Amino acid sequence: MIDLRNPDWSGACVKVKDASSLTPYEYGVEYGSPARGLWNIVHTGMLIPESHQIFVCAQGCLRGVVLTAAEMGAMDRFSTVAVCENNVLDGDMESLIIDGVSDILGKLPKLPKAVLIFTSCIHHFIGCDLDYVYAQLRGKFPDVEFSDCYMNPIMRKTRTAPDPKMREQLYSFLKKRPFDKKSVNIIGNNYPTAESGDFVKMLRAGGFDVKDICSCSTWEEYQQMAASCLNVTYHPAAVVAGKTLEQRLGQKHLHIPLSYDYDEIKAGLGKLAEALELELPDLPKLEARAEEELAKTAELLSGIPVAIDYTSTPRPLGLAKLLLTHGFNVVSVYGDTFIAEEQPAFDWLKANAGELDLFATIHPKMGVLPRAIHARPQKLLAIGQKAAYFTNTNYLVNMLEGGGLYGFDGIMRLCGLIRDGFLHEKDTKSIIQVKGWGCCC
Amino acid sequence: MGVLLLMKQTCSILSTYTADVSGVCSALYEMGGMTIMHDASGCNSTYNTHDEPRWYDMPSMVFLSALWETEAMLGDESRIINDISKAALELKPRFIAIAGTPIPMMMGTDFHGLAKDVEAKCGIPTFGFATNGMHSYDQGAGMAMAAVAERFCDKSLRSGKLASGEKPSVNLLGVTPLDFSVTGNVEALKNVFADHGSRVQSCWAMGSSWEELMGAGRAQVNVVCSSAGLALAKALKNLYGTPFVKGLPVGRKLTEELLELVEKAAASGADQEISQPDACGGKSVCVIGESVCSASIARALQLDLGVENAQVVCPLDYPDEDAVFKALENARAVIADPLYKPALPKGGSCKFISLPHEGYSGRIYRKDIPVFIGEGFNNWLKKEML
Repeated sequence: MIDLRNPDWSGACVKVKDASSLTPYEYGVEYGSPARGLWNIVHTGMLIPESHQIFVCAQGCLRGVVLTAAEMGAMDRFSTVAVCENNVLDGDMESLIIDGVSDILGKLPKLPKAVLIFTSCIHHFIGCDLDYVYAQLRGKFPDVEFSDCYMNPIMRKTRTAPDPKMREQLYSFLKKRPFDKKSVNIIGNNYPTAESGDFVKMLRAGGFDVKDICSCSTWEEYQQMAASCLNVTYHPAAVVAGKTLEQRLGQKHLHIPLSYDYDEIKAGLGKLAEALELELPDLPKLEARAEEELAKTAELLSGIPVAIDYTSTPRPLGLAKLLLTHGFNVVSVYGDTFIAEEQPAFDWLKANAGELDLFATIHPKMGVLPRAIHARPQKLLAIGQKAAYFTNTNYLVNMLEGGGLYGFDGIMRLCGLIRDGFLHEKDTKSIIQVKGWGCCC
Repeated sequence: MGVLLLMKQTCSILSTYTADVSGVCSALYEMGGMTIMHDASGCNSTYNTHDEPRWYDMPSMVFLSALWETEAMLGDESRIINDISKAALELKPRFIAIAGTPIPMMMGTDFHGLAKDVEAKCGIPTFGFATNGMHSYDQGAGMAMAAVAERFCDKSLRSGKLASGEKPSVNLLGVTPLDFSVTGNVEALKNVFADHGSRVQSCWAMGSSWEELMGAGRAQVNVVCSSAGLALAKALKNLYGTPFVKGLPVGRKLTEELLELVEKAAASGADQEISQPDACGGKSVCVIGESVCSASIARALQLDLGVENAQVVCPLDYPDEDAVFKALENARAVIADPLYKPALPKGGSCKFISLPHEGYSGRIYRKDIPVFIGEGFNNWLKKEML
């Protein structure tokens, strides 16, 4: 058995000074931690009002998505068609889907406005003729919109991964309509963007209507998103959706990345101002306020160790840099690979904070070692659920995907969350096992 | 009694049972092995979120092979053999188990061959289970437990003759959280036998050490506590000739009956099964779920409560909601997982008694799972009837 008294972390942990690239670990078999806050494709798909989801998969693949819907209390918006051995062997996959979907729609008390049909890895390999399937279904149910969605994790490393693909398909029902020059969408997020966010305030001040699927409660509200002249994205997984809508509906796409770097924030706000002829806010004043908040928060934490993970923000290295440059004692970052936009922060950390530990989250050793090692009394603040689990702490900032916090305002609000996380112990075990945190569908 | 095996493939409103691959993981969880779900992604998070209540506090080496598209297309297993071997050499498990999912089935993966290659590479005993995520958990759990017994149990052991007045010792087979959760039923099950004077040699596979499991040959009788235990019972019968009794000690009278059957099996060497509930006309009380547990509950309803026409519906493989709806048409009461509630006949006259089942609704209603073993059954139903 593995020696927990003398653990060998090699392969699962590396000092940032020794990390060779943004993908610092070798991967093999994978571990999955109990932190479950990130949304999956069911949660995200449920953002489309008045829609119904039908998953066509093997029993084992159905299990996770069915129970996601059940935990959300959304079984009335969710159905399944089970793929069995005979379907694989007999080549009747097309009729299985057509007949299964028809059977389900016939049983629903009312036809939904839209149906998201999720096919799986099997359909990809078996060469299922999905064009035929959807043509048949559209013929049979002319009043229902269908969208091809996918649960094909086998392509997660070779093609568009299920998460960005789902964010793309979220807008697949939008139908072209005349543009409203005073309407802008924020797209591709699971969480609504804070109204106080720098760019949201800029848009409001400029008289723009700001739409987001997170706040749509009816099919018509959702369809009105097609009238916006611009789609703003800031989450990296949303970029595909922005590009697709630009091609399909002609809506301009502007990506202003979520960042913790002042210059990058200013550049993003500048791009938005230029695109819509908006006035920039008082940036030096915003920056000064962010600095004040950071200083106040660092003083409160007084040097306790801080761990950050990739579920809290797509830019954990950038956040580590921001905090380290403002007096925080960031000791570790949990993430398996980092996006290309993290390169400047990675380079800075290598040069200036070389002892920072980078931990993998899916390395098999992470299933055995961390909880034994971190059974320690020292107070540690975790930003992100996985960091909290691995470090065994109840001092948690329960933020996911950046939490809808953007720009200088986002940094100020994050400081508030950090202070709360430091001052108020949380029930980490209960919180982090909730699947799709904050999903209110 | 009629046990209905249902076959269809759509569910507009009902859930699904967990699959064979999760059954393998659940059965082997506490044995110190390393279990690999041979899959791209998804099966592992489903398992450790919904099927595995031990995941947070009791580390176990259950991992994902992280199969890639190109590997699947080319049938390339070299990376997976290397990765499994590497992890095993670092983590030093007692054994390795590789369990399949839909895509390896489509690839035509030879799981026994794969296991042989891994074992040759790292020198650790390795199993390959040709699960495919298209059958229910009891099949996976059954094949995993049986394989471990066949490979590792000490074949020289014998149970020995009972002294006068001595109660037979037992192995409890097919006990996983998928059927028994972690809310007290496993402890209650062990207590039923201990209180009767029967030593529990081992419980496959919750709460027993590896040494206790490996000593299974010392028990006089095997008790098949769920359908997952049947393959293991047959394996142990082949190894040691141990007879088995199929059924659960549910309720006062059925518990007495089961304990008598255990003594009868020990004395005769013949397998035994609890008496089946009698089916008759009229409105029924339906118990939906795993076959051994549901049949035991249905029989206990008759023995302890005088319920006539208790029926069992067992839709573990390929849930067919139409058939479930039909089976419940004439029900006056239904005992089932809460996610079956939408299947009740319309009109409101059918009483629903909630019995959450981890293998169906996962963790959602875990805190509401009652102790239904032994007299716990009577206490629970009394509360439900109030």
